[in-house]
Amino acid sequence: MGGSDVAVSEDDVRHVAALARLGLDGDRVQSLVGELNRILEHMDVLQQVDIRGASLDPDAAHGLRMREDVPNPIPLHREREAFAPAMRDGFFLVPRLATHGTAARGDDEGDE
Amino acid sequence: MSDRSILARSAADVAADIVAGVLPTTAALDACRDAATSVQVGPEGLNAALWFDAAHARESLTSASMHGALAGIPVAVKDNIATLRMPTTCGSRMLEGYVSPFEATVVARLHAAGAVIPMKTNMDEFAMGSSTENSAWGPTKHPMDPARVPGGSSGGSAAVVAAGVTRIALGSETGGSVRQPAAFCGIVGVKPTYGRVSRHGLVAFASSLDQVGVFGQSVDDAALGLQVIAGVDPLDSTTVDAPVADYRATRDITGDRPLAGVVVGRPLEYFPASLDPAMRALLDRAADTLRALGAEIRDVSLPHTDLAIPVYYIVAPAEASSNLARFDGVRYGLRVDDGDGLRGMYEATRSRGFGPEVTRRILLGTYVLSAGYYDAYYKRAMAVRRLITDDFARVFASGVHVLLTPTTPTTAFLAGTKKDPYEMYLSDIFTATANLAGVPAMSQPIGRIEGLPVGGQLLAAQFDEATMFRVAYALERALGEEAHR
Repeated sequence: MGGSDVAVSEDDVRHVAALARLGLDGDRVQSLVGELNRILEHMDVLQQVDIRGASLDPDAAHGLRMREDVPNPIPLHREREAFAPAMRDGFFLVPRLATHGTAARGDDEGDE
Repeated sequence: MSDRSILARSAADVAADIVAGVLPTTAALDACRDAATSVQVGPEGLNAALWFDAAHARESLTSASMHGALAGIPVAVKDNIATLRMPTTCGSRMLEGYVSPFEATVVARLHAAGAVIPMKTNMDEFAMGSSTENSAWGPTKHPMDPARVPGGSSGGSAAVVAAGVTRIALGSETGGSVRQPAAFCGIVGVKPTYGRVSRHGLVAFASSLDQVGVFGQSVDDAALGLQVIAGVDPLDSTTVDAPVADYRATRDITGDRPLAGVVVGRPLEYFPASLDPAMRALLDRAADTLRALGAEIRDVSLPHTDLAIPVYYIVAPAEASSNLARFDGVRYGLRVDDGDGLRGMYEATRSRGFGPEVTRRILLGTYVLSAGYYDAYYKRAMAVRRLITDDFARVFASGVHVLLTPTTPTTAFLAGTKKDPYEMYLSDIFTATANLAGVPAMSQPIGRIEGLPVGGQLLAAQFDEATMFRVAYALERALGEEAHR
C-alpha cells in the first residue's frame, strides 16, 4: 500500500468529521485534506516494516490488575448538588435542547 | 517582603526547615508569590500561570500538614490535572470555567505531604503540542527569550520553574511533554514508568501513553516531587503495585567513582549524522563525565527508533479521538446550541470548543480507526510499537542500566516558526519512544548552545527510576555550573 492508495479526499474528511461529530466549513475541509495527506505520507514507512515478530497478544506480565467487580463511588469532595446546575429527585437536570422535540429526524442513525 | 533566597535552596531543605520551625510555614509561599509578581507569570508577562491564588493557598497552609516531605512548598500544577479550588480547562475553550468536583490523586498526595498549590499552568490545548502555542489562553513565552517557545505541552509548568517561581511543578507526558520543555528551559523533567504514578484526575489524552511527570530546578527537587506522588492507586487500575524506591538515596554519594559498575548505553539512532555538532559535543562531554565517574559507556542500537513518530502520531490521535468524544456539550463545559437538533448541538459545540490542532488530531485518529484503514494504520502501528518496546527490553536485558541521548534535536525555537504540523511533531523524535515503551526517562541540563539550554536524556528499564536518578545526581554534581553555560 503506498501513499496514493490511501490519499484522503474531501469526502473522507467530511465522513470522518461526521463520525467525530465535528462541524467543518468548506474552506476548513479543503485545508484539512492537504494537512492530513501530508501527515499520512509520513506513516507509509510503517508498511515496509516486517512485523511478523511482533506479538499483539496481551502480555501477562503487563496485563491490567483486576479488582473486585463491585461499584465504588468516585470520592467527590462536594455534594453533587454543589456542582450540578440543577437536580430533581436525585437526577441531574440538563438544559432542554432548543429543537429537542424535532431531534428524531435521523440524528442518531447508526454510524460505523 | 519575603526572603527570595529561599527559592535558591532545594525544596527538601526548605521543607525540613519549615518542619523544624526554623522557617515560618508561609516562607516559601510568600517567596513564590513575590517571584511570580516580579517575573510576571500572568498574561501580562510569560503567560505561564492561568490561575494564581496565593491568598487561598496561604489560608490552606494553616490547616495543612506541616510534617510532610513538602511542608509549605508551593508546587505549580498543569491545567489538565484536576484541582478543587481552581479551574481545570486543559488550555481549551471547551472547558472554560470548569471546576472539578474531585481532585487528582497526585494533587491529594501533594497536599498530604504538606505542599500548597498556588497556580495552574498554561499548556497546549488538551496537551497536544510541543510549544505551548496551542493554548486557547494564548502562548507561553520562554523565560530567557520571550521570542522563543518554552516547549510543550507542559510549557507553563516548565516556565515557572525555570523562572525561579517554584522549585517543583507537575506536568503531563504523552510523547515528551515534560522532558522537551525541561530541555528547552534548562531544568530537570521526569517521566516515570507507565503505571508508576496515578492518572486519576489527569484529563485523558492517550490513555496508554499518558503519565503525570515532574519538573524540578534540580535533580533532587524532581526526585522529591516524584517520591511524593508515586505509588499504586485504587482509583487507577493501570498503576502497578511495585515497591517505590527511595529516589533520593543516592543524592549524597560522592567519591572518585560513584558510578562504578553502571553501564550507560549510547543508542546510535539518537545521534544521526544530521545532529547539530554543538549538541553532539555536549552529549560527548556528558558521556566523558559519566565515564570519569566510573560508568562504562557502551554503544548500543535501538533499531526501530526512526519509526516512533509515525507510530506515535497514529496511536495517540486514535486514543484521543475516543477520549475526547466525551466533550460533546452535554456533560462538560461549553454548549453551543444553535437550534439545529442534537447532532447540530454536538457539532457546533465541538467545532467551536476545540482549536485547530485538537480538531486535526481527532480527525486523524478517527480516520486511522475507521473501517478500511484500521488494519493498515492502527493495527500495524501497534505491532511496530511492540517492536520499539522490545528494542528497549533487549538492550536493558543485555546489562545496560541507563541510556544517554539528546532530549531534543534543537534548542528552543522561535515562536511561530513551525507552521507545518509534522515538522512540529518531529520535536518529539527523541522522547516519544519512552512513552511508547512505557520506560522511565528524564531530561537534565548539560550545557548551552548560543545561550540556550540543552537537555541530556537518561532512560532506564521499567520501574528502575532509582538507577536513573543515581546517574542524574552524579552527572549534575560533576557538571556543576558547566550544565548551565
